[in-house]
Amino acid sequence: MSTRAVWEEEPTVAGRLGKPVVLTLIALAVAFPLYVVVVTSLSSTKAVTRAGGLVVVPRELTVAAYVQLLSGGVVTRALLISVLITAIGTAFSLGVTVLAAYGLSRPGSLFHRPLLFVVLLTFLFGPGIIPSYLLVNSLGLIDHYASLILPAAVSAFNLIVMRSFFMGIPAELIDSGRIDGAGEFAILRRIVLPLSKAVVAVVGLFYAVGYWNAFFNALLYINDNNKWPLQMVLRTYIVQQQPLPTGAGGVVTGAGLGLAPAPGLAIKMAIVVIAIVPVLLVYPFIQRHFTKGVIIGAVKG
Amino acid sequence: MTTVVKPPVRAARQAGPVRAEKRTGMGFRHRLRRDWPLLLMVLPVIVLLGLFHYFPTLGNVIAFQDYSPYAGIRGSDFIGFANFSRMFSEPAFWKAVANTLSITAVQLVFFFPIPIGLALLLNSLLSSKLRNLIQGVVYLPHFFSWVLVVSLFQQMIGGAGLLAQTLRDHGHQAVDLMTKPDTFILLVTAQSVWKDAGWGMIVFLAALSTINPALYEAAAADGANRWRRLWHITLPGLRPVIVLLLILRLGDALTVGFEQFILQRSAVGGNAAEVLDTYVYYQGLLVGDFGYGAAAGLFKGVVGLVLVLLANRFAHLVGEQGVYSRS
Repeated sequence: MSTRAVWEEEPTVAGRLGKPVVLTLIALAVAFPLYVVVVTSLSSTKAVTRAGGLVVVPRELTVAAYVQLLSGGVVTRALLISVLITAIGTAFSLGVTVLAAYGLSRPGSLFHRPLLFVVLLTFLFGPGIIPSYLLVNSLGLIDHYASLILPAAVSAFNLIVMRSFFMGIPAELIDSGRIDGAGEFAILRRIVLPLSKAVVAVVGLFYAVGYWNAFFNALLYINDNNKWPLQMVLRTYIVQQQPLPTGAGGVVTGAGLGLAPAPGLAIKMAIVVIAIVPVLLVYPFIQRHFTKGVIIGAVKG
Repeated sequence: MTTVVKPPVRAARQAGPVRAEKRTGMGFRHRLRRDWPLLLMVLPVIVLLGLFHYFPTLGNVIAFQDYSPYAGIRGSDFIGFANFSRMFSEPAFWKAVANTLSITAVQLVFFFPIPIGLALLLNSLLSSKLRNLIQGVVYLPHFFSWVLVVSLFQQMIGGAGLLAQTLRDHGHQAVDLMTKPDTFILLVTAQSVWKDAGWGMIVFLAALSTINPALYEAAAADGANRWRRLWHITLPGLRPVIVLLLILRLGDALTVGFEQFILQRSAVGGNAAEVLDTYVYYQGLLVGDFGYGAAAGLFKGVVGLVLVLLANRFAHLVGEQGVYSRS
C-alpha cells in the first residue's frame, strides 16, 4: 500500500465514491456470470424448477450433474481428448519452440537472418482457410488427432518472446560453458534452460491455454463426433442448444450413490464449468509471471 | 490482437567477437562446422512453418482454377480471374465486406477507448493490492475460449437466459438479445469488450509506467491540477502507443475475429453475422466451392496485407515505430 504523494491534492468526493462503484461493477461483470453458472451446475431439479431456470440463490446443492458427466459418455470422452491434446500439444510446441528460440538467439550465426525472417514473415499473412484445409486433407489428417496439433504447433509470437529472453542471458555464462567444452545442446540444457524457467512456464501456459480453447481446428478437421474435443461439445450442446444424446449423462446416473438425477440445465452448466476449471487452475501462474514483466518486456521489445 | 512485436534489437554482447570474426573473413565451411547444432535446432520449426504455413500459401493458386477435389490442383483447369469477377458481382460478398467494415468501425468507437480508460483508472489506485486484484479479474476472460464466452452471454442475455427469466418473473416481455440481427453488432462488441478489454489494458499500463513521476511533481508545483496533469503529461505519454495501436487496428480492418462469428451466424442469420472470414468458410467448405472460397480468402489476405503495410508506413511517417522497422 503506497500513499498519496505530498504534492497531490485531496481526492474529490466524486473520485472517492465513484471509483469503488465502477471497480465493483467491473469485477461483477466478470464474476457474476461465472457464479451463476457454477451455482446452477450444482443445483437439484427442485432448485432449478423453483428458480424457473438459472439459479442465483443457492439451494439444495448436489454434485449429481458432475457425477453423471464424468462417469463415461460424450463429455467424459471429450474431456479426455482435450486433456491429451493439450498435454501432448503443449509438450511438442514447447520443445520445438525452445530449440528454435535458442537456435535463433545468436546473431551472426550461419543463416541467422534468413531463418529469422522466415519466422517473422508469418506475422504478416496466413495461408487461408481453404488451402490449409486442402493440405490437411491431402496429408490424410482429417479425423486424425494430429490435425489438432501440427497445423498450429508453432506460434511465432511465443517463439520471439522466448528468443528475446534467451538473448538477454549474459554471454559470459554461455562462453564459460563453451570453454568447459560443452556443445550447444548441453549449453541449452545446463545453462540456458535453468535460467529461463519463468519464460518457459509462461510460454508453455500460453500454448496450453491455446490448445485447450482451440475450437476452429476441430470444426474444420474433425468430422467424427466421437473424436470431438470439449470445445466442440460445448458448442454443439450449449451454443447450438442441440439435445444431449442419450447416454451423454454417462452410464451411471448417480442413483447408485444415492443422488437424484440432475436436471438438464445443471448438466449443461456443469459442461461449461468443466471447460472453465483448467483455465482457472493455471491462471494464477500465468498472472504471477506476466505481472513480473516477462510478457510486458517482450511487448515493449 | 493488440500485442505488438518488434524484431528484437541485436544483443550488444554479440557486437564484439562476431564482428571481429567476420572481418577476418570466416569461411562458410568454418561457420557451418561451428553453427550446425544451431541450424539443427531451428530445423523442426522451419519444417512446421514450411509445411503448414508457406506451402498452403502456395495452394492459393486454386483461386484461379475451377478446382475439383477429385482432379486436384494439377488436374484442375485454370480459369484466370473468373472466380474473382463472379465474387465482385455477388451482393452477398459485398454484404460480408460491409459487415466486416462496420464491425471494425463500431469496435474502434466503443472498444478501443475502454482499455485506455481502464488503465488510467487502475493507475490512479493507490493500493497496489487492490490494483493486482482488479488486474487479475479483468485479464481472466482473455483466457476463455470464444465458445465459452458465447455460452456465458447466452446464459445471461439469451432467450432462456437470466435476463429473460427475470423479465418474465416480473411480468414483462422476455427479450433474446442473442438472436436479434439489428443489435448484433453491439452484441459482438460487448462480447469483445468483456473478453479482451482488460487484456488490451496491459500495453497502456506498461506505457504509463514509463512516464517519469517527476514530471507530475513539477507540474503540480507549477499549479497544474489533476485534469491538467492528465491532459499535459499522461495523455502525451500514452500518445505513441495509442497512435500505434490505432493504426494497427486500421491495418487489420478486415479481421474482426472468426470463431465469434462462426458460432453465432446460425442464430442471427447471415445477413447480420456474415463477415469475410465466415464467407470464405461457408462458400469454400460448406458449399464446397473450393476455388471460389479460396478467391475470397486470397482477396482478404492480399487487401489485409496491403493495409498492414500501409498502416505501418503511415506509422513511420508520423514518427512512430511500427510493428516492424528496418534494422
